[in-house]
Amino acid sequence: MPGKVRSHINQNESLLFERSSPGKKGYQLPDLDVPAVDPAAALGAENTRREIEDFPEVSEVEVIRHFSRLSTWNYGIDLGLFPLGSCTMKYNPRVNELVARTEGLAWAHPYQPPEVAQGAMEVMAQLEAALAEITGMDAVTLEPAAGAHGELTGVLMIRAMLESRGNPRRKIIIPDSAHGTNPATAAIAGYGVANLKSNDKGVIDLEALSRMVDEDIAALMVTNPNTLGVFEEEIAKVTALMHSRGALVYMDGANMNALVGITRPGDFGVDVMHLNLHKTFSTPHGGGGPGAGAVAVKSHLEPFLPAPRLTRLDGRWNWNWNRPQSIGKVRAFYGNFGVLVRALAYIMAHGGPGLRQATLDALLNANYIRKGLEPYYDLPYQNPSMHECVFSDDRQAKRGVRTMDIAKRLIDYGFHPYTVAFPLIVRGALMIEPTETEGKQELDQFIEAMVNIAKEVENDPLFVLKAPYDTRTSRVDEVAAARKPVLRWKREDAGPAD
Amino acid sequence: MRYLPKSDTERGQMLDTLGLDSIEQLYSHLPPDLLLKRPLNLPAGKSEYEIVDYFRARGDENAVGYASFLGAGVYHHYRPVMVDVVVSRGEFLTSYTPYQAEMAQGTLMTIFEFQTMICQLTGMDVANASMYDGSTAVPEAAMMARRVTGRDKVLVARTVHPEYRMVLDTYSRYEGAPVAEIGYDSESGTLDFAALEGKLDGETAAVIIQSPNFFGCIEDWRRAAALAHAEGALLVYVFTEAVSLGLLEPPRDADIVVGELQSFAHPPSYGGPFAGIMATREKFIRQLPGRLAGETRDSNGNRAFCLTLSTREQHIRREKATSNICTNQALIALMATVFLSVYGKQGLRELAGQNLSKAHYLADGLKPRFTAPFFNEFAVRANSRSPEEVNAELLKQKIIGGLPLGRFYPELSGCLLLCATEMSKRPAMDAVKKAIA
Repeated sequence: MPGKVRSHINQNESLLFERSSPGKKGYQLPDLDVPAVDPAAALGAENTRREIEDFPEVSEVEVIRHFSRLSTWNYGIDLGLFPLGSCTMKYNPRVNELVARTEGLAWAHPYQPPEVAQGAMEVMAQLEAALAEITGMDAVTLEPAAGAHGELTGVLMIRAMLESRGNPRRKIIIPDSAHGTNPATAAIAGYGVANLKSNDKGVIDLEALSRMVDEDIAALMVTNPNTLGVFEEEIAKVTALMHSRGALVYMDGANMNALVGITRPGDFGVDVMHLNLHKTFSTPHGGGGPGAGAVAVKSHLEPFLPAPRLTRLDGRWNWNWNRPQSIGKVRAFYGNFGVLVRALAYIMAHGGPGLRQATLDALLNANYIRKGLEPYYDLPYQNPSMHECVFSDDRQAKRGVRTMDIAKRLIDYGFHPYTVAFPLIVRGALMIEPTETEGKQELDQFIEAMVNIAKEVENDPLFVLKAPYDTRTSRVDEVAAARKPVLRWKREDAGPAD
Repeated sequence: MRYLPKSDTERGQMLDTLGLDSIEQLYSHLPPDLLLKRPLNLPAGKSEYEIVDYFRARGDENAVGYASFLGAGVYHHYRPVMVDVVVSRGEFLTSYTPYQAEMAQGTLMTIFEFQTMICQLTGMDVANASMYDGSTAVPEAAMMARRVTGRDKVLVARTVHPEYRMVLDTYSRYEGAPVAEIGYDSESGTLDFAALEGKLDGETAAVIIQSPNFFGCIEDWRRAAALAHAEGALLVYVFTEAVSLGLLEPPRDADIVVGELQSFAHPPSYGGPFAGIMATREKFIRQLPGRLAGETRDSNGNRAFCLTLSTREQHIRREKATSNICTNQALIALMATVFLSVYGKQGLRELAGQNLSKAHYLADGLKPRFTAPFFNEFAVRANSRSPEEVNAELLKQKIIGGLPLGRFYPELSGCLLLCATEMSKRPAMDAVKKAIA
């Protein structure tokens, strides 16, 4: 069987600004069917710009070559395994791209009257219902634009609810294994952060938690499975404890891909959670976004959901803005609708049994990788893995090779690296999440690559330290980039910046 | 399930390797009382054809084939074919945030180009890799101004998009940061400078204005900046119609520019996903939220790009980060970059010029409610009929009229906000004029 990669010719390409030359055009506008208006006369000379200095001028052919060439310097799920832990890089079904571009959906304006927006509203209502069923929660808002935005929405709702009871409280407990967005979100919502140290098994220490929860604590933000890929087996006791002290439980749903069809957060006491539709529900990451961060709540939080809410009256959908207890709006309009269309298409394609099978395959893949790599890499926590497994670079570090170096070497084998140095509770973490998208062959190649690298580290650690070798760009100097930031192109003869 | 690549034989082989008899054993350690003991109550999986058919039917329940004169923060602009050709490439579409620079130079270089174009369009020194949208960029700008000035109070013009102000309220309320609104001059439709002067003081972190404002009118950002700066406050300039940047003098006196990029190649999409921008002056770089791509070298001395200044961000700083923002809107920003490459220096200006001409044709013969110069939208009072009646009549002709302004401005309840773009055709514009006049 051939290995995963072999190098090939790769085109060089300049920045668009360096390709530009005056008078080149890639566009043609239709002839105006109305009289042309003089900008300076209509807008005032002081409001009218003379030109857009140094803006590019290129032809259509140059545009397609430019972006096609740049695309070949990238890696995506379409090319192979993308094992970033906590990111759930699964296949992005292409039919989802097609349906999101359906004319009546893509060109619907958010202010068009409800009588000509019923289809868009129906899509949102269907998705809300499906996500409520999957999570075991009572109501869902699709308004937040991303996971971290969903976190903020959820925490603001917790605050609003506690305020309505008379005391918003001051702090949120966050385990030391949590995503960085959790404490950042708590801070933006006006809460202090109480850091909960995980126990020696890497999970929530129920006794330590119990000692922390007093009348100052508004909520616990918990990720389940946690960032080690381990299910918090005492989660029901954790949620019961929080509730008994008048506090709430927020669940970061980043790892929901481990649970769909098996267990539901609503059934183990979670009050509010977000779902990353660009993780569990397959909408493309697109190099960093757009995502969508649906938030699901139990009924006691429903009055605080962002406005407006979909309501059905006389067989028709409408937007209800009369929501006196709502936290308000967290973004304009109703949500990342185009992303929502894709998520619903994903759910429809799977159906209930298909979603469950996807979860099982994700678990199978993670455990298969764990089994294959355990003899070669240190596994600091031995609990059963769900959808991801986390190794440490302990053995390799003794040879001077760290997790980032192993990651860079992995690129030469044709794989995107795993998540590097996270979670923080593992020294030199290698966090690996294969998702259900991979077949046995791709997994075997990945395991083989990782095993080879472990052997390389034993035999020739210096070699690994200088990887990657086969990419068009060798190890990038990130330190220099931060020391003297160059964040935009400037014409060389433009003179010193002010 | 067709997206799952494994055969049962493969699953069996993998389970053998794990020493398991059944796939269910993978979660046998979960407490039994937490397990879902029934199938999810969802319809069975659908074929590709059924899915396409379903969404086509839902699309047909919306306004397919209608002319639209809605703007108000979301605009109908033609999308060059090249945009979808580029963003459909799996290497862009299915890639992740470019943390691993050696494997993501394509995304990183396009972000660097995007940041440059945003600087060129806004007259700022530095722009980030994008925000969720224009509305969330406003509270992010307010938070940034508070960090820069060490002050709390924010003044926002009532002519800033009403939904953007609602978002600002949501964020600010829980930070305990006061937000006060500045009214508009009821004749010109622009910022009431007397009111601004009255409320500006040494406690003010930022003055937030929008131009073209919600009524389409051009604001005097020079005067607003001079007033803000005299009190040590920052001027935040907001735009919702990015195409206006092709013609309007960039707000060079502003300290932070935020806005919505939807006009650059994203369809209205019932309100999202869009992409926001945030640009500022060099001296405020370290207070900027969100991702930044920077130029550097690789170990062979070749030009390379990477994400940089990440010590501002949540994954490093946790609760001390500049923002909790994690994702940007890379693919939408890429759409905008392709769009701007296609139009280029001359095309964007020409495109903006067509928008200006169409809107002025539409306004010609009507009586715009306000006197200030406008770009491609304007408020107008319907003669003798309510906006709703006008819109109902237009809807019968497969025309979606303007936004009734009373919804957000009770004092303008007789007015419509109308928008024309390069996609507005003369016969439909004539029908709108007839319905209103």
